[in-house]
Amino acid sequence: MGQKLLMKGNEVIAEAAIRAGCRHYFGYPITPQTELMHYMAKKMPTIGGVFMQAESEVAAINMVYGAASTGKRVMTSSSSPGISLKQEGISYIAGAQLPAVIVNIMRGGPGLGGIQPSQSDYFQATKGGGHGDYHMVVLAPASVQELYDLTVEAFNISDRYRIMTMILGDGVLGQMMEVVEFRDDENIESFDKPWAANGHDNKREHNMITSIHLDPAVLEQWNIGFQEKYNLIRQKEQRYELYNCEDAEIILVAYGSVARICKGVINQAAEKGIKLGLIRPITLFPFPTNAFEEVLDIPKAFLTVEMSSGQMLEDVKLTIEGRKPVYFTGRMGGMIPTVNDIMTKVNEIREKHS
Amino acid sequence: MSLHEIIIAGFGGQGILSAGRLLAYAGMEENKQVSFLPSYGPEMRGGTANCMVVVSDKEIASPVLNVCSALIVMNNPSLEKFESWVKPGGVIITDSSLVHTKVKRSDVKVFEIPATKLATEAGNKTYSNIYLLGKLLTETNCATPESFEKALYGILSKKKHYMIPEEMEVLKVGMGY
Repeated sequence: MGQKLLMKGNEVIAEAAIRAGCRHYFGYPITPQTELMHYMAKKMPTIGGVFMQAESEVAAINMVYGAASTGKRVMTSSSSPGISLKQEGISYIAGAQLPAVIVNIMRGGPGLGGIQPSQSDYFQATKGGGHGDYHMVVLAPASVQELYDLTVEAFNISDRYRIMTMILGDGVLGQMMEVVEFRDDENIESFDKPWAANGHDNKREHNMITSIHLDPAVLEQWNIGFQEKYNLIRQKEQRYELYNCEDAEIILVAYGSVARICKGVINQAAEKGIKLGLIRPITLFPFPTNAFEEVLDIPKAFLTVEMSSGQMLEDVKLTIEGRKPVYFTGRMGGMIPTVNDIMTKVNEIREKHS
Repeated sequence: MSLHEIIIAGFGGQGILSAGRLLAYAGMEENKQVSFLPSYGPEMRGGTANCMVVVSDKEIASPVLNVCSALIVMNNPSLEKFESWVKPGGVIITDSSLVHTKVKRSDVKVFEIPATKLATEAGNKTYSNIYLLGKLLTETNCATPESFEKALYGILSKKKHYMIPEEMEVLKVGMGY
């Protein structure tokens, strides 16, 4: 491993993308992810890359569509309202099966909402915020080091499956500084891209990149192909961390910065002799169902904790299918759940199941 | 095991966020786990700023604090907001040239340093945060002055490096105050 640096989450995502070979970035500023753009604006011109501040989020995502069509590694980033604006382009890129990396540093909504951290875009990210039967791979880092590791991995996953990958963070992760250790040799997987529209010199048939298929029978075949790809991803790409789950009385389920707070809760509870565990989904799509099967018999109940009204909660329930009770606690609008908020709910559940 | 959960709060422009970054950097120099979480957004634009710094021997669970072991405050509203967050036995350090309300808690150690006054008299108002950080180092041992010096060299741009010897002198005054 290389040098250790104290860096801000947003900047680390940008540096990671550059290390992963991304030389095309298109974006539009919005709090709390703007430092990512600043970093790209400063660095891209010095390494022969392209940084463009587009006239809008809609323009930026369509620039991503164009650059991704040529097979280049490409990124855009924004925060919640900006990601909503990008949804049309995201659906088109999904239809055209192009690899691209999109970063959403979530803030409170709906609407213009606020600028404080939130996780209320889980549905949009994992269920398809645009139209059509599509998914993106969604990665949920929980530390600055993981922002780096998973951003590099996002480009590899995108190329491997010809799919968009979203880094789903929040204002805490984007704004905080932690120590990050960059690798000397980056784990960049290279892929042949015979589908790319990158000039054919009349030496091969030209490639077509499109999402329009007016014959429903043809469009259905495309969709069947997409679903096969998503199923393959569900089998192969589930990632999660299990923390203190052995003999846990209650297992918490949380991702991103909330998972960090839950670890604090678990450590404090352990001092009082209360055994809590944590499932931390690292992939939100594919949802890590394997994690739940692994620990299902252990706890009396599960407790999902989110900075939302309970969005991942639905996937937790769909996975557990009534085999264990599932509870929820969360905060909304940019408020961050406190250790006390979570402990209060834990105590309530313990009383109920004593 | 050592775990320092530190909140620094005051007005924008007082070097609140710089102070936090310096502490985190100094912790990193000692191979500790560190996190630094700044406030951003409306409160900053309205004039107040705060940051949360964790320095620990072990993996840091949460960078978001709801309690702290040490608090530095550089204005009245910050003392009002964060006084109750300090754990019993913890440390509160105030810039007494600006914080005029008294700390009500009797279960914490309180240090009042007229940092802005001292800095102004010494000819550089921007050093006020360093006096307070000096006291924090003495009272909590969250970092050594040597690591703090490395942090100054690591964080300040090269054209400001000439100020560092002076800043270290200021730090020592704060440490011994």
